[in-house]
Amino acid sequence: MTTSQIALWGLVVGFIITLIMVTGFAYTTLFERKLLARLQVRFGPNRVGYIPIPSRKGKERKLLGGFMQPAADAVKLFMKEDMTPAKVDRVVYFIAPMMAVFTAIAILAVIPWAGKLPGLPAQYEYFAIAPGINVGVLYVLAITSLGVYGIVLAGWASNNKYAVLGGIRATAQMISYELAMGLTILVPIMLADSMDMGQIVAGQKGMWYIFLQPIAAIVFWIVIMAELQRAPFDMSEAEQELSAGFSVEYGSMRFGMFFMAEYMKMIIFSAIFAVFFLGGYRGPFVDQFPVLGLVYTTLKIIFGLFLMIWIRASLPRLRYDQLMAFGWKRLLPISVINFIVVGVAIVLVEEGVFDSLIRSIQQAIPFLG
Amino acid sequence: MTLSTDPDAIQELTVEELRAKFGTGMEIAGDEEYMLLSMGPQHPSTHGVLRLLLELDGETVVNLAPDIGFLHTGIEKTMESKRYTLGLVLTDRMDYLSPMSNNLGYILAVEKLLGVEATPRAQVIRVILTELARVSSHLVWLGTHALDLAAMSVFLYCFREREYILDIFEMVAGQRMMVSYFRPGGLWRDLPEEFEPAVRKFLEFMPSRIADYEALTKNNPIWLDRTKGVGVVSAEQAVAWGMTGPSLRGSGVNWDIRKAQPYSGYEQYDFDVPLETDGDVYARYRCRMEEMRQSLRIIEQGLDNLPDGPVNIDDPKIVPPPRSELGHSMEAVIHHFKLWTEGFDAPEGFVYQSVESPRGEFACYLRGDGGPKPARVHFRTPSYVNLASLPIMSKGAFVADVVAIIGSIDIVLGEIDR
Repeated sequence: MTTSQIALWGLVVGFIITLIMVTGFAYTTLFERKLLARLQVRFGPNRVGYIPIPSRKGKERKLLGGFMQPAADAVKLFMKEDMTPAKVDRVVYFIAPMMAVFTAIAILAVIPWAGKLPGLPAQYEYFAIAPGINVGVLYVLAITSLGVYGIVLAGWASNNKYAVLGGIRATAQMISYELAMGLTILVPIMLADSMDMGQIVAGQKGMWYIFLQPIAAIVFWIVIMAELQRAPFDMSEAEQELSAGFSVEYGSMRFGMFFMAEYMKMIIFSAIFAVFFLGGYRGPFVDQFPVLGLVYTTLKIIFGLFLMIWIRASLPRLRYDQLMAFGWKRLLPISVINFIVVGVAIVLVEEGVFDSLIRSIQQAIPFLG
Repeated sequence: MTLSTDPDAIQELTVEELRAKFGTGMEIAGDEEYMLLSMGPQHPSTHGVLRLLLELDGETVVNLAPDIGFLHTGIEKTMESKRYTLGLVLTDRMDYLSPMSNNLGYILAVEKLLGVEATPRAQVIRVILTELARVSSHLVWLGTHALDLAAMSVFLYCFREREYILDIFEMVAGQRMMVSYFRPGGLWRDLPEEFEPAVRKFLEFMPSRIADYEALTKNNPIWLDRTKGVGVVSAEQAVAWGMTGPSLRGSGVNWDIRKAQPYSGYEQYDFDVPLETDGDVYARYRCRMEEMRQSLRIIEQGLDNLPDGPVNIDDPKIVPPPRSELGHSMEAVIHHFKLWTEGFDAPEGFVYQSVESPRGEFACYLRGDGGPKPARVHFRTPSYVNLASLPIMSKGAFVADVVAIIGSIDIVLGEIDR
């Protein structure tokens, strides 16, 4: 394939996947609202859009009540007046939400969605916007670190004290978990011996890394929650303390863009977690029917979203100094020690110390593909 | 003042102007390095229209000044122009989360001024309903306190049980919140038949629900991080600042009006006053959770020992005659007419009656001038006094802690501003 063909592939596939993600983000909000409502003995949105089913007794039954709610929300956000408060730093104020969304979409490039689908160009090993990037993990780390700029700049540009506090909290939060994040990501990289996301998935054939490395998986999950600024780490928007934190001066679709960035990141990080620890698109019969990979990815993403929403419904919010203490004093030592242990263990495995043990585990759990 | 759209016309107030606006009682260092942050009156966690002026060093609170009065409704002054019975409905509107306690405090003061005492049945019913109101108020407290700490599910679980209590109130008084059920000399009317089964059912399921709330909060590590050692107030400080109720008992001072100055027959009930010694947010949380259990005990004892008999005293000058008598008794019609046009005269003199409301010592000072209207009414409301100690609790805390501390002293702004 020539360079222009690769670019065309990226453009077309990227466009389609971005569109899917924008719809997916809208339905993630609905999923969150419905599930949260169910966890809290409420109904959640059930008015906008339903499929009427006439029943014999003449009473109309309503199916899927509320499935058009995301559309209604989007229309509402777009119709609202786009206000710019006085005395804001206009350029930064306009750029900040775009940065947030840009980083969310940009991570999509390296995520493998399925294996070797029929019709895939011959040299591509898996289906992604930009397959085969050998520094895929590095790219993810770089782009996610950029993500905090959207929040900090929004907080700074808004000329609002609550927003500034939110922005400062976001930076403090980022520096305290990024190290742990990097060290934890090293674990799957070492296990797969590659920084290519597809190779990491391929390396989990027969054994998901969550079973090999539960500690790394748990630490990575906590770090993901912090990266996403979601409960219990949502102190940068902390509705109860800073009313809305960094986004307090934003309205209309500008606010909607922050919202979009958050929910798209939820989906993307569920996918990344799946890639690193849950075997990505791998599952039973995925080698025979590569299309199943899309199904498995979707299921694993939904599982991740479910966990996030469940955690949000159950836990109070940490204070930001407690998060910093948690990041530096707990997560960092744990991930350092884990990193060293894994390094030593890999060397030992290569020397052939654990061969019999691994074989017996693989026999015990054969369905992992 | 003219409004301008020019962005440069928007000026921040200087510290001097703020001082002038706030008047005395505010401590502000006015240091260049500190940031002034105005929190409220429109803020999700100030429990109404409380405004706090925070002076921050980073996120650490250097000074804090509460600004109240946004909900001033002039209830005390209005009551001077209302007859004793009519003034009752205003007391509902002060502490709108436990109107029964307010009713009780005011009615006991009126009865004290008149020199009458309610019948045994009325007293027991009053105790049962006041304790139900205490549970419902504590449920709102727990829900909002948990919501302030972003444990949002607890809020909705608490409101589910509160709805049940409000349904009971509606069954009894016809109103869910502004009940006005206790009247001078007794009650508006006797309990309906469905009352006892409904309360029995409540007593049955409530202990497990309290256990559910505790499962979500009591030993949750994040909850402990957020509440332990936060907003500490020592016993001496608490007494010096006049704190009452669970906020005081969280500091280890055993002072409960129900035990210290029993009213309405509270001395006949067997219940404990929960005490904690740490004086922090967590101690106050523990006190209130245990108080709910004790309230359930009191309600159960009340139901078991509910005496028969009339609910109103036999004094037609104070208590209106029943409807059924109006058709055939001329005397009853005259009493009814007199009561509804003039009310009853209370003797000259003053009384002071305190009750233990869910928030602390709620007291009513009532001065009669011999006529049908009080000459002066004053309420000692617990939220108002407890709020005064917010600055000493909050100094050196984080902004996030301020929210937790406000939640832990359980203020109701309607009661503060009156």
